[in-house]
Amino acid sequence: MSYATQLMMTLPEVVLGIGAILLMLIAAWGGQASTRIVSYAAVAVLIGAGISLFGPASAGGEAFGGLYRPDMFAAFAKAVIFSAAAVSILIAPRFFATTSGDDLRPEYPVLILLSAAGMGMMVSAGDLMSLYVGLELQSLAAYVLASFMRRDARSAEAGLKYFVLGALASGILLYGISLVYGFSGTTLFSGIADAYAGEKSMGLLFGLVFVFAGLAFKISAVPFHMWTPDVYEGAPTPVTAFFASAPKMAAMAMAVRVATEAMGPAVHDWRQIVVFAALASIVLGAFGAIGQRNIKRLLAYSSINNVGFALIGLAAGTQAGVASVLFYMAVYVVMTLGCFLIVLQMRDSEGNQVETLDSMAGMSRTRPGLALAMAIFMFSLAGIPPLLGFFAKLEVFNAATAAGLFPLAVLGIIGSVPGAFYYLSVIKRMYFDEPAPKYAGTPGIVEGGLLVATAVAISPVGMFALPCLMTWTGLAAKALF
Amino acid sequence: MADFPILSVMLAVPAIGAIACLLVDAPKARWIALAATLIDFALGCWLWASFDMGGHAAQWQFVEFHPVFGRFAWALGIDGFALMLIMLSVFLMPICILASWQAIQKRVPEYMAAMLATLILMIGTFAAQDLLLFYVFFEAGLIPMYLIIGIWGGANRIYASYKFFLYTLLGSVVMLIAMLYMIGVAGTSSIPVLMAYDFDPHVQTWLWLAFFASFAVKMPMWPVHTWLPDAHVQAPTAGSVILAGVLLKLGGYGFLRFSLPMFPEASSQLVWLVFGLSAVAVIYTSLVALVQSDMKKLIAYSSVAHMAIVTGGLFAFNQQGIEGGMMVMLGHGLVSGALFLCVGVIYDRLHTREIDRYGGLAINMPRYAVLFMLFTMASVGLPGTSNFVGEFLGLAGMYKVSTTMTLLCTTGIILGAAYMLYLYRRVVFGDLTKDDVRAMPDLNAREILTLAPIAAVVLWMGVYPESFLKPMRPDAARLVERLDRAKPAGDSMPTAGHPAAKPAHGEGHEAAPAGHGEAAAKSETH
Repeated sequence: MSYATQLMMTLPEVVLGIGAILLMLIAAWGGQASTRIVSYAAVAVLIGAGISLFGPASAGGEAFGGLYRPDMFAAFAKAVIFSAAAVSILIAPRFFATTSGDDLRPEYPVLILLSAAGMGMMVSAGDLMSLYVGLELQSLAAYVLASFMRRDARSAEAGLKYFVLGALASGILLYGISLVYGFSGTTLFSGIADAYAGEKSMGLLFGLVFVFAGLAFKISAVPFHMWTPDVYEGAPTPVTAFFASAPKMAAMAMAVRVATEAMGPAVHDWRQIVVFAALASIVLGAFGAIGQRNIKRLLAYSSINNVGFALIGLAAGTQAGVASVLFYMAVYVVMTLGCFLIVLQMRDSEGNQVETLDSMAGMSRTRPGLALAMAIFMFSLAGIPPLLGFFAKLEVFNAATAAGLFPLAVLGIIGSVPGAFYYLSVIKRMYFDEPAPKYAGTPGIVEGGLLVATAVAISPVGMFALPCLMTWTGLAAKALF
Repeated sequence: MADFPILSVMLAVPAIGAIACLLVDAPKARWIALAATLIDFALGCWLWASFDMGGHAAQWQFVEFHPVFGRFAWALGIDGFALMLIMLSVFLMPICILASWQAIQKRVPEYMAAMLATLILMIGTFAAQDLLLFYVFFEAGLIPMYLIIGIWGGANRIYASYKFFLYTLLGSVVMLIAMLYMIGVAGTSSIPVLMAYDFDPHVQTWLWLAFFASFAVKMPMWPVHTWLPDAHVQAPTAGSVILAGVLLKLGGYGFLRFSLPMFPEASSQLVWLVFGLSAVAVIYTSLVALVQSDMKKLIAYSSVAHMAIVTGGLFAFNQQGIEGGMMVMLGHGLVSGALFLCVGVIYDRLHTREIDRYGGLAINMPRYAVLFMLFTMASVGLPGTSNFVGEFLGLAGMYKVSTTMTLLCTTGIILGAAYMLYLYRRVVFGDLTKDDVRAMPDLNAREILTLAPIAAVVLWMGVYPESFLKPMRPDAARLVERLDRAKPAGDSMPTAGHPAAKPAHGEGHEAAPAGHGEAAAKSETH
């Protein structure tokens, strides 16, 4: 296979990499003045990378001796990741312009591009080494983004916490990788799968446990979730929106690929881990959120909760299960981006950010449109039909019941009830309580358009997209089996 | 006109109305909502008129099928049970809008939109022929009801709205897992196909319990009924009417559509559970109703007692029981709705539901007293009113299965008379001692317009129930046939009598008694 063909297969990452380097040069020479142009150029690069997915990048096969997999599974994940990354860039300028302190610097879109390149690598990796390199590229960019508001103590704290705990998790993952390599003799997924298909030594099992622990940190599943609320709260809101969407999707897709491609034969061994992480995440995400007073922390617990549901699909370990995980994460990304678009509008009359839940009181009377959108997202996150979040849950539970995991399905779905409680409490504040001072933040054309788009997609209108989405996730899942 | 998608149109009209309501101001929203509900009522009448009730008519009529949602389809269609319940919904809805005309003053457009959304979801639940579509409609009903209770409810509305939402959600989620299992095993989500599918009897028990958890909460059955008094008391008048009138019927409809035909063996095995809970409910909640000082709470508890007669009747496994259960549901939907409206009328005047604050209304509100009397009597089950027909049939059906349980449930009728008459005496009779009560004006035209149609239908059902029984009879017969193989042995053991030969002309216009006679004769052969 010629280099040209292989590079064509990796075209999305090539586009992102070259784009990021060029824009970094523009940023270095252009300085602060180039922020706007770099931002739009970065979005264009992401769109370009997205378009390149239609080529050999989604056609299947493998590149660079199995290090890279340009299949439909990766393409689906990348489509979601690139869209979320583009949204995170688009919402940033207004946020930084109205927030006192730091201005938006042109590094922001560049870092997101680098992170997106890393995420593309993560979801396409066919080898533990390329997986780790992609993961680190994504993480390093994310650590910087978390502390992007240099003069804000909370932001700096978030960046540091993220870095320390992220480095720890990377260490755990790397330790697991070294064990797997040591006992299987290869880092290629296909070779590892052969090793797990044979006699499983204690070393291989330990490797599996450590790899899953590292992955659990990246998707913030219990018991490796502790960093999430602090980082979500401290990071600038557009960055939080980014953290909650794109890297979540990437990490989940990576976990799915490792679980099914590399460790597929050991499904009975990792299923216990995934089942525990799923149920623990659902329960802790639900009960942890009840006491929260800050909307960003609430959404952090909500993300833990949602990851738990997505893991139920993974626990099934079947093709339908993988499809349901992708479906769930795609819907979750849309919902969570929508929520953060609303959080961005939460500003008092002087333009300061307001993050308390109590400030949302009576929003249905002061800002009816915003409240309606939030109510749609909250009911959807709670999994109430006919909103799209219900169908996402339906798919994962369908996969679990089809795989015969009835106790898991029943416990999981019962766990969704306490979760519904705190989503309802947000709606209760917005609709039942007496109005608090009105939010002054107004969405611009871009944010307003995105908000309407996400809300309509989640509303019952989105039901018409179900067959299309299901076909696509089905094709994506087929690529792994 | 066979191809006209009348059910879809019935769903689309309130949907358009709801969106239109949100875009206009309060007075316009009221008129739009009234117009939308009246159009739906007219469509419902057309549906009833063109429903083929002949002996050889298809079980499912007005069928629509569009596979637009991937895993599940937009599949609608109704049988006689669904037809009657849809009629109940579209009949009560314009009345609810009229009842809220002045009682709701804040955020009217949103209120009307929520009411119309409730109507869509109720019709959809009864008309859905796809298991997942059913679940979507069934569960989505929580959203508008949560908002109606929470925004327009009474003082303790927040607690009530949470309790309503979480209780019913907890009940239904496990049902979803059971549904997914059924779809996986049977390979289809079509309700008519599943109704004829024979599941493994061992699995049936689990599936039955999962469905039971949901429907028992919705119904509500003792001991999971506690959300109902809270929700009823805190909801605005029209919200209570919808809750009592239609939403409670979802539970009974669920038993009829899912539990009984899909899991006949499990239903037969667990019939003791249903009867036991029903008997407890009848006696316990009737006694609780007797000591209430809040009018709405009293009626709410009476609802639980009436619903217990429904469950008893449905699980009698015979024609009378099932028809009786349905008739109690229809009758109770009308009567309890009307009673809540009656409470609403005096609540609007005095802003309290305390029974002790009233008294002597017969003197200054004679028209009100007459209508209230009629509904009280109907609730007690006086012959000539709707509830008598249903309760009599239901208990007669139950008698064939368990005489003891029937004895216990029949005490509900006596206790019902006790608490309803006691309520009526305290509110309407006696002397007019309180000045503010004396100042209350009698019913105005709008209020009469809300109560009179219900009164007319209550009497119609009582005097000529055949209009309502006829569409359901073939479906009840099919259900009995389906259940026949699992039928529990009765303990009443009636022996065949020797009736005189029937006069030949009796067959034609007395189809109802004749039909029951045959069913009774059939069971005697056991």
